[in-house]
Amino acid sequence: MAKPVALECRGVTKTFGRVVANKNCDLEVYRGEILAILGENGSGKTTLMNMVAGIYYPDAGQIFVDGQEVTIASPKDAFAYKIGMIHQHFKLVDVFTACENVALGVEDEGRYRLADVRKKVIEITQRYGFVIDPDKRVADMSVSEKQTVEIIKVLYRGADILILDEPTAVLTPQETEKLFAVLRRMREDNKSVIIITHKLHEVLSLSDRVAVLRKGESVGTIETADATESSLTEMMMGVKVELNIERSEPKDPQERLKVENLCSVNEEGRAILDGVSFTAYSGEILGIAGIAGSGQRELLEAIAGLHHLTEGDIIYQDPKTGKTEDLRDKNPIQIRDLGVRLSFVPEDRLGMGLVGNMDIVDNMMLRSYQKGHGFFLHRREPRDLAVNIVEQLQVATPNVSTPVRQLSGGNVQKVLVGREIAAAPTVLMAAYPVRGLDVNASYTIYNLLNRQKEKGVAVIFVGEDLDVLMELCDRIMVINSGRVTGIVDGRTARKDEIGLLMTKSKEEMQDGENG
Amino acid sequence: MIAFLVSAIRLGMTFLLGSTGETITEKAGHLNLGLPGVMCMGAACGCYAEYAYLTDAGMEYSPLQAVVIPILAALLGGAVMGLLFSFFTVTLRANQNVTGLAITTFGVGLSEYIIEEADVIFSKASKHFTAPLIPFAEDLGSFGKLVLGYGIFVYLALAIALITTYVLNKTRVGLHLRAVGENPATADAAGINVSRYRYIATCIGCGVAGLGGLSFIMDYLNGMWEYCVDAIGWLSLALVIFTVWKPNWAILGSLVFGALYVASSYIPGVSFAGKELFKMLPYVVTILVLIVTSMRNRRENQPPQSLGLSYFREDR
Repeated sequence: MAKPVALECRGVTKTFGRVVANKNCDLEVYRGEILAILGENGSGKTTLMNMVAGIYYPDAGQIFVDGQEVTIASPKDAFAYKIGMIHQHFKLVDVFTACENVALGVEDEGRYRLADVRKKVIEITQRYGFVIDPDKRVADMSVSEKQTVEIIKVLYRGADILILDEPTAVLTPQETEKLFAVLRRMREDNKSVIIITHKLHEVLSLSDRVAVLRKGESVGTIETADATESSLTEMMMGVKVELNIERSEPKDPQERLKVENLCSVNEEGRAILDGVSFTAYSGEILGIAGIAGSGQRELLEAIAGLHHLTEGDIIYQDPKTGKTEDLRDKNPIQIRDLGVRLSFVPEDRLGMGLVGNMDIVDNMMLRSYQKGHGFFLHRREPRDLAVNIVEQLQVATPNVSTPVRQLSGGNVQKVLVGREIAAAPTVLMAAYPVRGLDVNASYTIYNLLNRQKEKGVAVIFVGEDLDVLMELCDRIMVINSGRVTGIVDGRTARKDEIGLLMTKSKEEMQDGENG
Repeated sequence: MIAFLVSAIRLGMTFLLGSTGETITEKAGHLNLGLPGVMCMGAACGCYAEYAYLTDAGMEYSPLQAVVIPILAALLGGAVMGLLFSFFTVTLRANQNVTGLAITTFGVGLSEYIIEEADVIFSKASKHFTAPLIPFAEDLGSFGKLVLGYGIFVYLALAIALITTYVLNKTRVGLHLRAVGENPATADAAGINVSRYRYIATCIGCGVAGLGGLSFIMDYLNGMWEYCVDAIGWLSLALVIFTVWKPNWAILGSLVFGALYVASSYIPGVSFAGKELFKMLPYVVTILVLIVTSMRNRRENQPPQSLGLSYFREDR
C-alpha cells in the first residue's frame, strides 16, 4: 500500500498558559484514506487539528502538506493548502442562507454572483449525494442539515484534506450512516478524511487507520483491521480498563412519578411538548432518547417547575406516606422539598447548576441556603459536604475553595451530580450528565446513577449516546418533536429500532398537521 | 408647507448620514455609542478647516475648494475617531459600551475646544453648501424646490445610503462585512480578516457620520455653529434602530425624524417648552418601533448577532 502522504505533523506542540494541549505530536495522513483520531476528552485531538486548520498556531513542530513544509498561520492559509475543517460547533452565520454561507470568504475571480455559487453548490450536492435546499436559512435548519452545509463549504473551496470534529455526536444512527456513505465516496474520490471521535464502533466500521492521542501526546497509529475495541481503549487510557455498566434488575418498582398529557408551547406558539405521558418507577432508570431539541430539556424543566405547561398533570407519589400530589401547581422550592431533584447539564454546564466564580463550598450552599435562618452564613456543614464529595468522587481540585470555573468539565460535573445526590432525592433527573466527560469520568457518573437506583430512587436519564442508554437504562422512552414515539425495554431494544423512533414519524406528523 | 418639508429633508439628511455611518460600523459588530462625539468632531474639523482655508485665501477663495476642503476634513476627523474606537475595542479589546461613551464625552469636549479656536459663523461659506446643485431648480416652482433645490449634502447623503445598501447586500465585501458582525468566529474560520474589516468599516462609518455633523452646521443651520451636534448624534443612533439596520429604509426614516424634529417650528402657538417636547418625539417613535419589532421577533429585523462583542481568536 504505497499511497502518497497528504499531510504530516512532526513534533507539534501547543500550550495554553501553563496547560499543555499537545506535546510532540506526530501524525501522517495518506491520500484516499479515512483516518480516525481517537482520544479521551482533553487529549488534544481538536487542538492538533485546529493547528492544521489555522485556528491556532503551533508553538513548535512542523507541518508538511504533500511533502512540502508549510506554515499555516490562518484559516486562509489552510484553504490555500486545500485543508478544510468541519468544527464541532458549527461555524455558520444563522441569518444567511446555505449559499451565502458557502460563498463566505471565497475570493473567486470576477464579480460576486450568488447565482453562480448556487449552481456550484448544486453540482457538489449531486456528486456526493447530499440533500439540501441551497436557499434555506441556516437558522431554520436541523443539525444534520447544518453539518451538510459545513461539508459543502469546504468542498466548495476545493479541499482535498477534510477534518471532521466529532461529526456524529449530534446525529441519529440513520443520519450517521448517510454521513459515512458520503465520507466513503470522498475516499473513492482520492480525498483524505480525518475524523475525530471517541466512539469506538464508529472508528472500527469507518476508518482505514486509527491514530491515538493520550494527554496531548501521540501514542501511535495502527491499521483499523488489526484493532479491537479493547485494544483501542487500552491505547487511549494507557491501562487496561473494564468498561462495563452493571445493570441490576429493578427491585420492588413502585409508581413514583406519573406524567400525563403534558403540553407546552414556545414563544412563537409552536408546540414544544405535545401530549407527553409516562410513568417513572422507583428503583429503575428511565432513559430518554431523542434528537437534540426534541423537548427533553423542557420535559425535565416542567417536572422541576421551571417550564410553563399549558396542559397536563404530574402526579407524584410520596414513598413514605403513599399520598399523591400534583406537582403542576407547585413552585420549584415546593417541588424540591418533596424530594424531586434535577441535575441539569445543558451545553453550558455552568449555566444552570453551578456558579462558576464561586468555590465548591459556596456552590453547595446554593442548595441549602434556605435551611439557615440567621443573618450570618454557616459554612461548616456545606464545607464538610464539599470535602466529602471531593474525596468520594475523586474530584481533581487543589482544595474546596477553588472557583468551580477553574475545574475541568468532568470535575465540574462530579461536583454538580454529587451535590444533587447528597440531598437524598426520591426522583433524580439528569440531562446529559456525561456530555464532554472522558470515559473514566463518564463511568463514575453511571455508577453513581446505578447506586441511586439501587437505593430505590426513580432515576430519569436523558442521554445522547444510544449505546450507553441501552447499557444503562431499564426502559428507554423515545421522544420526537415533543411527542413520545415509544417506550422500549433497555435490555432487548435494538439500536435501529430506537433510531427509527427518533425520526420516523416526522412525515406522518407533518401530514397530520396539514390534514 | 413646502418650507416645512424642505427643512425636514435638510435635517433628515443629516440624520441619514449619521445613521448610515453607524450602520456600517454596526454591521461589523461594533456598537459605537461614540457616534455623538464622532459627529461633533466631524463638524468641528470641517468648520475649522473652512475657517483656516478662508483666513488663508482671503477674498480670493475658490468656492469649489471652500466646499471640498471642509468635507475632506470632516471625513478625516470622523475617521480618526473611528480609528481610536477600533484601536481600543479591537486591539486592546476594551468594552465597546464604555469606549463608546468615552468617545462621546471626549469628542464633544474636543470639538468645543476646536471651535473656540475658530470663527463660529460660516454663513459666507455655507451658501456654497446650500446653493442648489441644479442651477435652474428655483425656476421649476414647488416641485423644483422640493426635489431639486438642495445643496450638495442632501444628494451626497442619498447617494451614500444607496451605495451602502448595494454594497452590503450585493457584493462580496458586504457579505463578508455582515458575516463579521453576525459571527466573527465563522468569518475568521472562513479566512476573513476580522480585525481588518472591523477597523476599516468603523473608520469609514465614522467618516460618513462626521460628514453628517458638518452637514448639520453648514446645511441645516446655514453655517451658524450651535452646541447641539451631539443631540443629532443620539437621534442618528436611534434612527439606526428605528430602521432596523437598513440604510435604504433609513432614507424614509430620516425624513420622519427630520419632520418630527422641526414640526414644532411650523405649528403656530407652540410654547418654548412645547417645542422641546416635540423634539422628543423621534425617541418616542423609536421606543414604539423597538416594542413592535421585539414583539414580532422577526429574524431579519434583528441587530447583528455579535453587536457589541469583542472577538479574539484563541479565546477558549
